[in-house]
Amino acid sequence: MIVIESLTKRYGATTAVDAVSMVIERNSITVIVGTSGSGKSTLLRMINRLIEPTSGRVLIDGRDTESEPGHLLRRRIGYVIQGHGLFPHRTVAENIGTVPRLLGWDEDRIRARTARLLEALQLDPTLYAQKYPSQLSGGQQQRVGVARALAAEPAVLLMDEPFGALDPIIREKAQDDLLDIQRKFGTTIVLVTHDIDEAFRLGDRVAVMSEGRLMQYDRPEVLVTRPADPLVARMTGSAERAMRLLSLTTAGEAALPLMAGDGAPDGLVVPTSASLREVLSELLWRGSDRAIVADDSGTPRGHLTVAAILARARPG
Amino acid sequence: MSARGLLLPRPASAQDRPALAGVDRLGALLTLAGAAGLLLLPFVAFKANRILPGDPRGLAQVLPMWAALGCRVTLAAVAGVALLVRNALVRLAAALAGIVAVATALAAAANTLTPPHDVIVRIAPGAGFWLLLAALGLLATDAITRMRPGPGTRVLLLAAFLGVTAIALAHGAFDNVSVMREYAVNASAFAAAARQHILLSLGSLGGAVIVALPLGILCHRVPRLRPGVLSALNIIQTVPSIALFGILMAPLGALAAHVPLAAAVGIRGIGAAPAALALFLYSLLPIVANTVAGLKRVSPATVEAALGMGMTRWQTLLSVELVLALPVVLTGIRIVLVQNIGLVTVAALIGGGGFGTFVFGGIGQAATDLVLLGAIPTVVLAFSAAVLLDALIERLDRVPQ
Repeated sequence: MIVIESLTKRYGATTAVDAVSMVIERNSITVIVGTSGSGKSTLLRMINRLIEPTSGRVLIDGRDTESEPGHLLRRRIGYVIQGHGLFPHRTVAENIGTVPRLLGWDEDRIRARTARLLEALQLDPTLYAQKYPSQLSGGQQQRVGVARALAAEPAVLLMDEPFGALDPIIREKAQDDLLDIQRKFGTTIVLVTHDIDEAFRLGDRVAVMSEGRLMQYDRPEVLVTRPADPLVARMTGSAERAMRLLSLTTAGEAALPLMAGDGAPDGLVVPTSASLREVLSELLWRGSDRAIVADDSGTPRGHLTVAAILARARPG
Repeated sequence: MSARGLLLPRPASAQDRPALAGVDRLGALLTLAGAAGLLLLPFVAFKANRILPGDPRGLAQVLPMWAALGCRVTLAAVAGVALLVRNALVRLAAALAGIVAVATALAAAANTLTPPHDVIVRIAPGAGFWLLLAALGLLATDAITRMRPGPGTRVLLLAAFLGVTAIALAHGAFDNVSVMREYAVNASAFAAAARQHILLSLGSLGGAVIVALPLGILCHRVPRLRPGVLSALNIIQTVPSIALFGILMAPLGALAAHVPLAAAVGIRGIGAAPAALALFLYSLLPIVANTVAGLKRVSPATVEAALGMGMTRWQTLLSVELVLALPVVLTGIRIVLVQNIGLVTVAALIGGGGFGTFVFGGIGQAATDLVLLGAIPTVVLAFSAAVLLDALIERLDRVPQ
């Protein structure tokens, strides 16, 4: 758990971050979203003390981050930045081994950990471990950046616009991978982005920042249904808030019990992980009224109707 | 007569455009230069003693008919290859064959023209010889460039060139050539000059690296310092070397006169101290400027990632920033080393020693051969340093892909 207490950063007369307080739950993804200059990156960098706060403090699992030298703190916290920042003169394996080596792990342990991380990120170690970053595609470089940040088994992972340099299709894949990784390693992730769609897609909780202040910090559906002020409402897009709300619920969560005769579906079958927005869109496209929700093995688990989905598109 | 053949392609290609398409341009230029050297300029100069102006002799005048003919046929064949053959390996082989032919002709001419047991007569390489050697040398380096050899191969080629030259000289093949005659007289002074030349070049470079590298890092970290430091070093660079040697003589002389310790470690107004100091000052700008440029080339994201992962500032500087900047820093060091090897020659004027001793001694005595005894090793030394450092830089800068 990360507790941020009235954290402030001033540069001369300008206040980059203005008395921000928030609590970040363990094993969750928290997304800080805001326009450029909103102070979101500064806030993130004060958590690992790449930037020293002017006032306020940060507690990680109850321990004040000021209680040890900054570089030792940072070895316990994963850090991923836009454009990955891989060392061009070191191989993929050497890049991933950076922090474990700083911590003095033995080589066998580093090798095993590197192989495990590369596999978790769908990069075959025998193919990629000895390559140099310039020999990888943008998406692969980004994954190696994540692997490097996770190498020393950090409890906390900070990510600053990690997918900003990727094209839209690869970005979506990278976002899915991150959700997987989070589930697999149980890491507490704090991610900064300017992309509100990314925030809604990834965040268990979303913090909206503007001009150094924290405007609202809550679950995504609350930001949509009860925005704290007009700015949050504008950012979350009031014109499409119904659709946004649907995108936050999966078919599995909303499925109604099966009815007799549903064993042989001739209509639309959707996976439990599909969002209601996707299901609705597909139903409208087909001019159909009902979809069967099936799990990964193809076994029907429930069904959805357009009316049931529309009921979910309203707050409350 | 047979040498007319060398000139034939020229008028033909000048009038007939399509024919030019198949002719190698550099080859044509080098053929012209070589032909001029062979046909219009003296191959050697015969001097009754070391300071008299030479009596020019052509190839046919100094070699037996069959030998002169053989040399000319070989060179005509080399010209043919230079003009028409694209294969770089063949071009290199031809250039080397040409160099061997010209060098053999020089050695044979010197042996033939020197009366037995004579130590007064000098057989000096003439303008024709130098022009041929330059044309063939360019042909060889061009062929090597076209083959795109890796850094290791280039160093091997350099070692082979130096080795073959050393063996030929050690076996006395050129003992009757004027420059080697001067060497025979100055053998012990030559060894001392070589040692001093290398010591001054490398010593001033070493001192400059120790000062300039931290200064460059500081200029990178504190951008406010950059314009001031760089323009100060720029001003030093614009002072002519002889003037700088002169400027340093006064303060160092005063230092030696008033501080016994300074005098005891060998600091004097003239000699090696002002030379080393001047070379050191000249060396600063290229190294500082390249250190700044090299560090600037390191991506800010890489540095931020290093710090973000918990490297200390020192670890980031040493294992990331400097490693990535190293090829550019080494380029600065290469500039300095080659520049120093040349400048040390001038240091002889203030008693700094080195190969310049022979150059200025030769100028004073009007003995061209003595000038060459200083100039040739200087060029070879600078060339070797450039090849070695270029190879090292390429090795380090190898970007995988």
